[in-house]
Amino acid sequence: MSVELAAAAEQSPDEPSVPRGRLRLAAARVAGSRGALVGLVVLVLLFLLAFVGPYLTPWDYAAPDYGSLRQPPSGTHWFGTNGLGQDVFAQTVRGLQKSLVIGLLVAVLSTGLASLVGACAGYFGGWTDRVLTFLVDLLLIFPAFLVIAVLSPRLRGSGWIAFVLLLAVFNWMVTARVVRSMTRSLREREFVAAARYMGVGPFRIIWRHVLPNVSSFLIIDATVTVGGAVMSEAALSYFGFGVRPPDVSLGTLLAAGAADAPVFPWLFYFAAGLLVLFVLAVNLVGDGLRDALDPTAAAGRHRPRSRRGERTRRGDRRRPTRSTDTPSRRSTP
Amino acid sequence: MTTPLLTVRDLTVDFDGHPAVRGVDLDLHRGETLGLVGESGSGKSVTALAVLGLLPATARTGGSVRLDGRELLGLPARQLAAVRGRRIAMVFQDPLSAFTPVHRIGDQIAEAVRTHQDVGRTAARKRAAELLDLVGIPDPARALDAFPHEFSGGMRQRAMIAMAVANEPDVLLADEPTTALDVTIQAQVLEVLRTARRESGAALVLVSHDLGVIAGSADRVAVMYAGRIVEAAPVDELFAAPRHPYTLGLIGAVPRLDGRGGPLVPIPGRPPAAGEPARPGCAFADRCPLTEDRCRTAEPPLTGTGTGSASGTGDHRAACVRADHLAATRPAPAEVYPVPALPAAVPRPRAARDSVLAVRGLTRSFPRHRGGLLRRRAGEVHAVDGVDLDIRQGETLGLVGESGSGKSTTLYEILRLAAPQGGRIELLGQDTAALDRAAVRRLRSRVQIVFQDPAASLDPRMPVGDVLAEPLLAQRTPKAEARRRVPELLRQVGLDPAHADRYPHEFSGGQRQRISIARALAVRPDLLVLDEPVSALDVSVQAGVLNLLQQLKAELGLAYLFVSHDLSVVRHLADRVAVMYLGRTVETGTAARVLTRPRHPYTRALLAAVPLPDPPAERARPRLLLAGDPPSPAERHLGCPFRPRCPVHAALAPEQRARCATETPPALPAAPGVDHTATCHYPD
Repeated sequence: MSVELAAAAEQSPDEPSVPRGRLRLAAARVAGSRGALVGLVVLVLLFLLAFVGPYLTPWDYAAPDYGSLRQPPSGTHWFGTNGLGQDVFAQTVRGLQKSLVIGLLVAVLSTGLASLVGACAGYFGGWTDRVLTFLVDLLLIFPAFLVIAVLSPRLRGSGWIAFVLLLAVFNWMVTARVVRSMTRSLREREFVAAARYMGVGPFRIIWRHVLPNVSSFLIIDATVTVGGAVMSEAALSYFGFGVRPPDVSLGTLLAAGAADAPVFPWLFYFAAGLLVLFVLAVNLVGDGLRDALDPTAAAGRHRPRSRRGERTRRGDRRRPTRSTDTPSRRSTP
Repeated sequence: MTTPLLTVRDLTVDFDGHPAVRGVDLDLHRGETLGLVGESGSGKSVTALAVLGLLPATARTGGSVRLDGRELLGLPARQLAAVRGRRIAMVFQDPLSAFTPVHRIGDQIAEAVRTHQDVGRTAARKRAAELLDLVGIPDPARALDAFPHEFSGGMRQRAMIAMAVANEPDVLLADEPTTALDVTIQAQVLEVLRTARRESGAALVLVSHDLGVIAGSADRVAVMYAGRIVEAAPVDELFAAPRHPYTLGLIGAVPRLDGRGGPLVPIPGRPPAAGEPARPGCAFADRCPLTEDRCRTAEPPLTGTGTGSASGTGDHRAACVRADHLAATRPAPAEVYPVPALPAAVPRPRAARDSVLAVRGLTRSFPRHRGGLLRRRAGEVHAVDGVDLDIRQGETLGLVGESGSGKSTTLYEILRLAAPQGGRIELLGQDTAALDRAAVRRLRSRVQIVFQDPAASLDPRMPVGDVLAEPLLAQRTPKAEARRRVPELLRQVGLDPAHADRYPHEFSGGQRQRISIARALAVRPDLLVLDEPVSALDVSVQAGVLNLLQQLKAELGLAYLFVSHDLSVVRHLADRVAVMYLGRTVETGTAARVLTRPRHPYTRALLAAVPLPDPPAERARPRLLLAGDPPSPAERHLGCPFRPRCPVHAALAPEQRARCATETPPALPAAPGVDHTATCHYPD
């Protein structure tokens, strides 16, 4: 430590450096994490493919080419054609557009809603908590699938945005409950009390102290939701709600191609591969983000430290009273 | 000299290749008490656990531990089990987790008896009752049927000792037996340990970080640092003439209740964390003021006078190349360690200074509810029940009391900046009951708090720069200006301004507490509320933080409300003292008066219970043990609340006692115009 201190002192001569702040530190750490960068690049490429792809091929996703039915990939039809003679590449990129947007939006919206409701319920307690928890429980017992099935014909005019909202609205409750209980324990922590006694407002405390400390959970939850949203959109579309033919999404392509996959693999595997790639990229970005926001994580840290040392410090944190810890107790997991 | 009962030779313990104990030699003779002192991470507890083979499976143990010549290390589990509890018994630090919560105390002690002795159920139970009686638990027959949670901390620790001596072991290992307890209870438990040792004739190994506890109880002391014993000597010699600079620093770093010993010497740097890779040379070299080049090359062996390690009590050994020099010159700690010059505060007369905080008759009670569905009010807990405080500008008030006395509730009531339940709080001349929102916001910047545990009070996910800027932003300071102030603040508390981009976990405990202090100073407050600010820190680090607090007070003219259970620290820092018992202030006055000539019997008992890190002085002091535990604040008492435990009350004539039982004593000054009040009908 002292060696580090000396080194740091040498680097910074007398003129005081203004500290960088949390966001820029976290951004620097994301940039330093290889997984996150790879994930980001893949995501950008997927978006490019989805939105530029349709202009690369002369075929339209809906128009059939009666001359070639169920043709394997070739120079004219890059990903082959389906039973109606539609171009699979055109369909896949069109589906990718839908799925990328639906997956990411649903994840962001539902996690955002969950953290807002959960953190408010947990932080304020009392009546706020009771009302919000009641709301969460009420939505939990609603049969989501049925409600969406009933509502979606009425929302036909408003397009996929309404569909995204519906998916998000029925997806956030469990997360909110977890966030609420995590917030309740965070509220009792001294750093939150310290912020209160400094005169920091409640919403600022939630934003600056509570949410960053539950961010690991939120990020994992959001990345899982991305894949889940794409799949539940597919399930709903299969029953005729959501994305309707001739429009396609990755989910409808998968549903349609799954039965034919052993015989006509191009109908299934291109869509499936892109979906896997998409979810994988989101997970990589999520991992990088989580490590960037968690200063004790090993990745993206500027100064490497032994893992043991970290555990020691965390052990100290759990025990508020004066105690001389024994390493033996710490080392038991 | 007889052959030692327990010999430890070259004991080493590794956790995943990280050494925790690096070659410890110990001898324990029949009937003696060996004190094992060290800071956290020094390996003292691991050493104790290794003797019993109680370390987790990840630990690799080497060397030799012999009990009566029989090797214990590597003994099969079944044979080791026959030794544990029978020949060597352990008293753990946390008595709450050392008992199984679902079994009755009596059954657990009886089980310990029956495991090693072939006796019947009733006989074991009878023995358990005897043991509980030995450790001074009232009504042992009834206590047998109690569950652990029905016992207070002190009672549990006594029961733990009863269980440990159940089979009259030869060796008793006590791992920080009093760390979790209040001073008066600590004094009781130490007394019980002494009794238990005397009755069973066992040798005692007392592991502690508290030099005072060691000074009062041990015959010989071994000081551990970074997994090694750096000095071993008979207790009087160790304290009078330490030969290792670390021991010298430790002694100099402990604030003393008797006020002697001069300024506190902080040991620079921090103790190496357990399992940190060792560098060549002496582990203490980085922090040592006497370092020479040869210290960096080889670790000095533990050598010294005496006729060899087997000879026992006579020898004094130290692992330092300068040991002879220290033995010859006997320097005071302040002569060896650099002591920062503390600017003296300007002593203006008290009456001329403005009042910062005035609390009168503060009360706060919490309703207790019973039942789940139909919640009924089942009485009240009177956490704060009449507190009077008075702080003038530039002055430190030490608020002293045992756990449960309502210190923290008092603080939080003051910091709430709202109308109190009862009484009156005046902060900087403003009555908190009459504040509007804007006034509360303005006042927030003038009162700041530093919490006990620096690890918990700093958001782990926030870089230190943001932590320090937060109170400024809360006061609507422009962002750029707040950022600019951060390096200045870090420098003020003795940290490197370049570290603003680091996260709290990258700092050591002492540094984190400095960050907490810097955060509190950011808005330039008038009053700093310090809630046990050093009790989570190691002694050597604590001294540095205490010196910093004194320096800041003198430089910035701050007033401190310093809450602590540690009277020595209060003695060192406070100008005035308020003693709390059961939610009331029972004695207030200048520190010099209250702590040297206490008038309330409770204050006297508290002071007597604080162990002094000075063996002859500690032995010479009269022991004044308080009976029992503090009563529950859920019941309100007619008359004096201290009456059931009061030694003065016990000695009174019956007609005088009636007054204690019926009249609540008012706070009366010792003499007109003297700043020293006590709420006692029969003060000294």
